[in-house]
Amino acid sequence: MSLRSPLGRVLGLGAARQGVRRWWHQRLTALALVPLAIWFVVSLLALPGLDHATVAAWMSQTWTALLLILFVVTAAWHSQLGVREVVEDYVHGAGSKALTMVIVSFAHVLLAAAGVFAVLRVAFGAAP
Amino acid sequence: MSTRPLSPHLTVYRMSRYTLATSFFNRVTGVGLSAGLPLLVYWLVSVAGGARAYGQAQRLFGLSLMRLVYAGLVVAFSYHLLAGLRHLVWDTGHALERSQSRRSAYLIVVLSIALMLLLAYGTWRAVVRAS
Repeated sequence: MSLRSPLGRVLGLGAARQGVRRWWHQRLTALALVPLAIWFVVSLLALPGLDHATVAAWMSQTWTALLLILFVVTAAWHSQLGVREVVEDYVHGAGSKALTMVIVSFAHVLLAAAGVFAVLRVAFGAAP
Repeated sequence: MSTRPLSPHLTVYRMSRYTLATSFFNRVTGVGLSAGLPLLVYWLVSVAGGARAYGQAQRLFGLSLMRLVYAGLVVAFSYHLLAGLRHLVWDTGHALERSQSRRSAYLIVVLSIALMLLLAYGTWRAVVRAS
């Protein structure tokens, strides 16, 4: 006989209520990326030049830095969710799947962190 | 493991179906854009690394091989953006009828080709200005 109450057993065994979390995050990041990605592409193409001084001056503007950070983080997050889905479908075998997932996660966190750090470095005037 | 059903079973689908083609191309372009993410981050990091690091990055980005990559990214961006919007509309429960789905499939293909041409023109102008 178990000492756990029926309610406790049900709560412990039931859904974790996270089944749609990845699906929902994919939609949220997709929605956020529509304006962010359009802003990024339009601003990039509208730059008067692509030399270091012009790009650094652009990146150090407050709104540019803020939107670039949001763009890189959201894009990395969305990309991670998408690549995970592809791995889930095409990589068979528990071991190789888990290993690929770890690599995908680490790579995306690294990319997001590097992107944010780079933008902040320029925005705060710490770039050489 | 081997006794469980595996998904997706590519061979049981008819590849000519517009439903499959639009969905598959959305996934392919998504993976393509993911592959472009390291390029974006490298570009940002090179700006933060100063003029010399940026010069090194410019040599990579200026390779003629990279024009192929930019063309791929323009195609991927245009299609994935519009196909993604189509999915977001579906998520609200609208335009799910077969006739509507067929129409929206043609619509996103036509619009993404228009966007590709526009972006190609913009990229070409930016490259001319930069060189």
